[in-house]
Amino acid sequence: MATNLELSARLAQAPQRKTPALWQRVSLPWTITVTYLLIMLVLPITALFGKALTVSPAEFWRIATSDIALSAYDVTFFTSLAAGLINGVMGTLVAWVLVRYKFPGRKIVDAAVDLPFALPTAVAGLVLATVYRETGWIGQFFAPFGIKIAFTRLGVLIAMIFISFPFIVRTLQPVLQEMEKEAEEASWSLGATQVQTFFKVILPPLIPAILTGVALGFSRAVGEYGSVILISSSIPFKDLIAPVLVFQRLEAYDYGGATVIGTVLLLISLAMLFVINALQQWGRRYA
Amino acid sequence: MSILIENVEKHFGTYQALDNINLEVKDGSLIALLGPSGSGKSTLLRVIAGLESADSGRIYIDGEHATNLDVRRRNIGFVFQHYALFKHLTIRQNIAFGLEIRKSPKNETKARVEELLDLVQLQGLGDRYPSQLSGGQRQRVALARALAVKPQVLLLDEPFGALDAKVRKELRSWLRRLHDEFHVTSVFVTHDQEEAMEVADDIVIMNQGRIEQIGSPAAVYDNPSSSFVMSFIGPVNVLSRNTKLFKDGHANGGDLFIRPHDIEVLTNENGTAIPATVDRVIHLGWEVQVELLLEDRQLLTAHFGREKFDALNLQPGQSVFVKPKFTKVFGDSLAEPVAEPVAEPVA
Repeated sequence: MATNLELSARLAQAPQRKTPALWQRVSLPWTITVTYLLIMLVLPITALFGKALTVSPAEFWRIATSDIALSAYDVTFFTSLAAGLINGVMGTLVAWVLVRYKFPGRKIVDAAVDLPFALPTAVAGLVLATVYRETGWIGQFFAPFGIKIAFTRLGVLIAMIFISFPFIVRTLQPVLQEMEKEAEEASWSLGATQVQTFFKVILPPLIPAILTGVALGFSRAVGEYGSVILISSSIPFKDLIAPVLVFQRLEAYDYGGATVIGTVLLLISLAMLFVINALQQWGRRYA
Repeated sequence: MSILIENVEKHFGTYQALDNINLEVKDGSLIALLGPSGSGKSTLLRVIAGLESADSGRIYIDGEHATNLDVRRRNIGFVFQHYALFKHLTIRQNIAFGLEIRKSPKNETKARVEELLDLVQLQGLGDRYPSQLSGGQRQRVALARALAVKPQVLLLDEPFGALDAKVRKELRSWLRRLHDEFHVTSVFVTHDQEEAMEVADDIVIMNQGRIEQIGSPAAVYDNPSSSFVMSFIGPVNVLSRNTKLFKDGHANGGDLFIRPHDIEVLTNENGTAIPATVDRVIHLGWEVQVELLLEDRQLLTAHFGREKFDALNLQPGQSVFVKPKFTKVFGDSLAEPVAEPVAEPVA
């Protein structure tokens, strides 16, 4: 102890070392990370904002809040959110079955979950449009009830569900695999039924992972273009999504209009991701 | 409440985990299921709990036929090796879980939870989450959670297995005191013979799905019924039948079993004593372990108290004479030594 004290006393007396220059303090991995993010993420987004700023504020507001744009945001964000939530429920179920059930062909099903990632989205859109149109394999069962799927908002929803489905399964699987069976057994031994155990013991720790999956799926659906353009009729005020609207503006050489809507899309997405992130933090408060 | 197990069998595929188990646990007693891994002790505990079902046989809890009763209805408390606490609930919510499932009135639940926090000495930690507690504290929470619903029977599966040595010792003497106070019929599984001897009223020694012996700690130590029990409980020397030690008439039996503390070492020959050489001397604090090499190259481990050793003052390489005070021979032969003589003070 005495030597320690002496040592710290001597250290205190030692002349203060000069703080090294900034370039000496930054580490290589840090530099690479920052440069990479700058080139891949920050610059393109800055360019978008820069272009949008060339439009006068009044004009920006007029384009951003035009009826056609508002309707496109509505279709894009609410349909994406619905797709994310539906995947949240169904994806959880699929992940559960893939982790907990043993059945022939499980490995194949497990691998097939990733198909929406690998399939070109245009192919996905084409296939879905074929299957869900009024005479298609699935569409024909809904047509008699007057329910049209392809070329309506419902079709957009189906496409969004399809392309964002793997996210929730893949985020949840490792969490489910790590989950200890003993917590469930403890719950049963304390008198809880299977249903009570599911809602009180199994589900709560999964919420952060489910939210992450929903957030990823939602972001993917907001940005989706290729499959939606094929399954929707892209008629304004009906099933026109914002990304398609951006493209239509570009085709009309209205670059200002395209960037304004693109910027609004970006800001809303960012805000929603922050909210979901906060929810995740809250869901992880006990970790 | 008493537990009665009759002719219970359990297979996992072709593997027989439990082979004709008969056991009675008296009301208010604390017993240990002791055995090596794969001996079936945990399976037996899980069958009592209803977490596994027996292939055949019957189980009675408090005289009531419980063989086919769902785990939820057996009114047992179960404590797991890795605590199995609900990570997303606070300590209070964990303890209250069983009471809330039973829809007990809010104020009663609240009072009971505080009572249990007191009991497991975790007052003031009720609003923390399990991840903020140490292993020993978590296991106490698990115990409080199991006790909250006033179970008829408390079942503990290697409850101290995941804790470090010091906490383990503290917690097991605490568990024993807790049991002396409340007398909940308890069964706990362990592979640690010292733990079983310290905590349990009776020890059930299991091997390969069978019960080898049931008895008090002293009884199973002093009168082991098989070579397995003798080797599993406490350190022991196993000498093959060919050794010169067999001169005293055991020549036709199986292996010869001698506890390290049952060996006397003399510096001069005295009738029946056998010559040996001191190979190593290991100081273990208040006890000294001496490894002796017999003339036929078999190694014999002896333990002495410090005083005795100092009087003998043995040196490596010294020639001495060995005289076993107590030996045991079993009819069954031991396929392989279960426990090597260990450099560990005898409890």
